[in-house]
Amino acid sequence: MLKKIIFQFVALSLIFTYSAQSAESGGMPQLNPEFWISQIFWLVLTFGLLFIILSKFILPKISNNLETRKSQILENIETADKQREETEKKVKEFDKIINDTKVEAKNFFNSERQKVLEDINNKRLSLEKDIEKEIIKAEEEIDQLKKTSQEKITKIAIETSSDLVKQLIGEDINKSSLSAIVEDLSKKEMEKHNGI
Amino acid sequence: MAANPMYQFNVYRIGPEIKINNIDISFTNASLFMVISSLAILIIFNLGTKRSIIPNKIQLLAELSYSFISKMISDTAGSKAKPYFSFIFSLFMFVLFCNMFGMIPYSFTVTSHIIVTFVLAAFIFIGVTIIGFIKHGLGYLKLFVPSGVPMVLLPLIVVIEIISYLSRPISLSVRLFANMMAGHTMMKVFGGFVVSLGIVGGWLPLGFSVALTGLEILVAFLQAYVFAILTCIYLNDALNLHH
Repeated sequence: MLKKIIFQFVALSLIFTYSAQSAESGGMPQLNPEFWISQIFWLVLTFGLLFIILSKFILPKISNNLETRKSQILENIETADKQREETEKKVKEFDKIINDTKVEAKNFFNSERQKVLEDINNKRLSLEKDIEKEIIKAEEEIDQLKKTSQEKITKIAIETSSDLVKQLIGEDINKSSLSAIVEDLSKKEMEKHNGI
Repeated sequence: MAANPMYQFNVYRIGPEIKINNIDISFTNASLFMVISSLAILIIFNLGTKRSIIPNKIQLLAELSYSFISKMISDTAGSKAKPYFSFIFSLFMFVLFCNMFGMIPYSFTVTSHIIVTFVLAAFIFIGVTIIGFIKHGLGYLKLFVPSGVPMVLLPLIVVIEIISYLSRPISLSVRLFANMMAGHTMMKVFGGFVVSLGIVGGWLPLGFSVALTGLEILVAFLQAYVFAILTCIYLNDALNLHH
């Protein structure tokens, strides 16, 4: 609508100015054939030269550039694909190696642990044997000591009591009677001590 | 004189008068802008041919326009139109650059002259017709006889088809020429209003002028595209006869 109004407006004004000035300029210069031949000549010359130079020198270069770019991009994509496949393969190999080593390490660890456990067991068993031996020895010794100590204690008691009696009275007393008393006493003590 | 909106389309001689066999082929402002456009295309696209994998800005521009036009041709005319790629590329670029250089104030728009666009269109028309006859021989005349039309209507349809085929160069050339001329005239008219209405009322036409400049840049691109794509469609008719 607006376009139509503008167009009518322009057409009207064109008619006005045209009628006002047609007297001096003589209408459309396009219809003046004075320079038609010249225009045709120069058009053919310039457009012909333009066409020849473009088609012979410039356009082949541009199409060449476009094609080389296309092929290069395709090539690059191909090599990129290849390299990606290779890396995927390598990654798989790498994963496999890591898995294998993990399994190996586990096995190694397990066997070593078993060995160590066996070793520890053996050592413990031998140690226990040694300890039992030692205990038996010690018990024997203790038993012996118990036996011998009784006699010694009575001996010492007899001696000390004879000494005491000697110092108290100043006379030696028959040893056999003393020992009889001491033995009697000590027996009573022992019974008391052992709770018999 | 300068207030006349048609004055901008005047062609005048630059330099001496050149005559061959009494035919005037003097260098004019139109010739100047044809040369400037062609040189600009050649310089830009020559800069865009550097061999680098990652393109710089100009190379990207060149390669994008290359693939743009290549896609346009293969979409409209199929793969058979490959050999005509460089012609359509040059055509599109030439029309586009002529239109765009015309957008610079005080410059000259080559494509706003019917003779220029008509020569281009006539060349395309004749070329396409020759290609059609070479590819299909006299079978190319089947183009005027659409299949599946009742016999009664056939004479009428054939006449209409022939007229529409023959009017192709005219419609192609007049479309571009009229668009460029109308746009530039309109801009000139609005520019004249800015001056005549002065500082008080001139702001509105100035705003219109600014908006029209944007529109005209769009039209400059669009008309070049339309010119190129119609060439492709005509070429498609000649290459793949499917009536």
